[in-house]
Amino acid sequence: MTKTPVSTSWRTRDDIASRPWGGTSREYDLFKELAVGLVVVGLLVLGLSALFSSPDEPSVTLKSWAQAQPADFVATATAELGGTSRTAGYGPPYNSTPDATQKLGPIDLQNLSGVRLPIDTANDFVIAPLQTLPTPPAAVKEWTTASDARHTEWTTAYGDALSKAPDNDPAKVAPGDYGPVPALTGALLGMAQQGALDPVLGAKGSFYNTDYKASILFLGDGSYFPALADAQHLTGDQWGMMNETGNYPGQSWLWLFSALYQVEPFKSAPNADVLVVFTMVILTLLLTLVPFIPGLRSLPRRIPVHRLIWRDYYKHR
Amino acid sequence: MSSDSAPAAPDGEPGFSTWTGKARGWALRRLPADKLLPERQPSYVSSWIYIFGMAAVAAFVYILGSGAVLALNGPAWFHVSGLGRFINSTHLWSVELFFMFMVVHLWGKFWMAAWRGGRVMTWITGMLAFLVSIVTAFTGYLLQTNFDSQWIAFQAKDALNAVGIGAWFNVADLGQLLMWHITLLPLAVAVVVAVHVVLVRMHGVVPPLEAAASDAQLRSTAPNPATDGED
Repeated sequence: MTKTPVSTSWRTRDDIASRPWGGTSREYDLFKELAVGLVVVGLLVLGLSALFSSPDEPSVTLKSWAQAQPADFVATATAELGGTSRTAGYGPPYNSTPDATQKLGPIDLQNLSGVRLPIDTANDFVIAPLQTLPTPPAAVKEWTTASDARHTEWTTAYGDALSKAPDNDPAKVAPGDYGPVPALTGALLGMAQQGALDPVLGAKGSFYNTDYKASILFLGDGSYFPALADAQHLTGDQWGMMNETGNYPGQSWLWLFSALYQVEPFKSAPNADVLVVFTMVILTLLLTLVPFIPGLRSLPRRIPVHRLIWRDYYKHR
Repeated sequence: MSSDSAPAAPDGEPGFSTWTGKARGWALRRLPADKLLPERQPSYVSSWIYIFGMAAVAAFVYILGSGAVLALNGPAWFHVSGLGRFINSTHLWSVELFFMFMVVHLWGKFWMAAWRGGRVMTWITGMLAFLVSIVTAFTGYLLQTNFDSQWIAFQAKDALNAVGIGAWFNVADLGQLLMWHITLLPLAVAVVVAVHVVLVRMHGVVPPLEAAASDAQLRSTAPNPATDGED
């Protein structure tokens, strides 16, 4: 028997795939299948939930950070004051730091979005929260009346001194000209340790707040929060995007997104995020539009998994 | 026949003169009742692979149900309530099963080349359902109000900001995410899945890749010659 080549084209033509099926049929009960499906899946859901429950690792607070690692908190607050933290140099949408954006050749979408969620780390993370205290420290006035150049001198000097101090302990810093910086960071540390900073940082004096970006960015600028994530295998180089705390399955459907961050050229690229996103967009479009792509759409014919799927049909043909 | 009844069309079916009637005629021609709710299917629809589409729909029902209970009690309820924790668990596991079923269904349809014979929109809406579901699940992970959601918000902002959408889709804004997760995105998944299912019913299940007119299953009942062609 001569075999005619099978088509994997999407087009409607005068072939078996395009015509209503005129061959043998079997009884089929759509509603019964749905009902059985609901029962089986329901039992699976209830069983898995009863057996494994779900993860719920408590959130980190500025209070817990300040209490657990005060030296890291003070070093981070100093970087926020000096404008040298990750957030301070992030670029849009938080600020307009030059050359901070991730570009794809000449395309700079990050810059196009503009500074739409403005954050001034010195003011928003340190000075403004201290000003909400019943008696703001005198150091606040000294800071706000000094020049930017003085700010940089003080924070650079204090940041260096902290890094050289035993255990980076602010109490063991060598004497120097740090201006109001030790008093400001010390006061912020005290405020955080008492739990007074958490409600203030995002709300900015309002009663209601649903936007936690200020707290999350401040936490992320330190080393305490990322270290906790590392211990939970959640960081980018640990396939963290698809992981969950504990031993629970996470967003495993993001495996390819996570995988790209593990390999070159993405892994060490300064614009890794934009490279990965564009690669995923292209791969997703390829899969979505596979019916229109000659060669790719022929894969089901070249790798005949369909013979396994329809083995009963082929056996009785 | 009453005097104000619709005039008969050339094919003997009643003609429609109103917009409503024309819409009904259009819908009925494309999806008559026996196609929408069939009692028989082609004999080749007899593989385990065919259950995964329906299983995904079943899992989606449990996602919506458990999600509704969680939404009505607020995103922080499950931290302080045993019942809340259990409902949260059913939400998590129904989502995990939903994606597992959907991925098996998707790859099954890929290896069947299920877009053949004018079924391309069925394939595309299926892919769209998968993609919208990924975004929906992502917003759900951001709503956990625990360490995981904090860290995901911190990490995910970079990819979103790098492509310029982080300012509008602020992963740290609980209020914004809640609205996306419990209203817009589930509605989008439901609509896309509904369109997908209707398209499946309209076009029928794709026949085997190597089905030919000489097959025993077609020979006895349908003598139409197959004219399969190139790629």
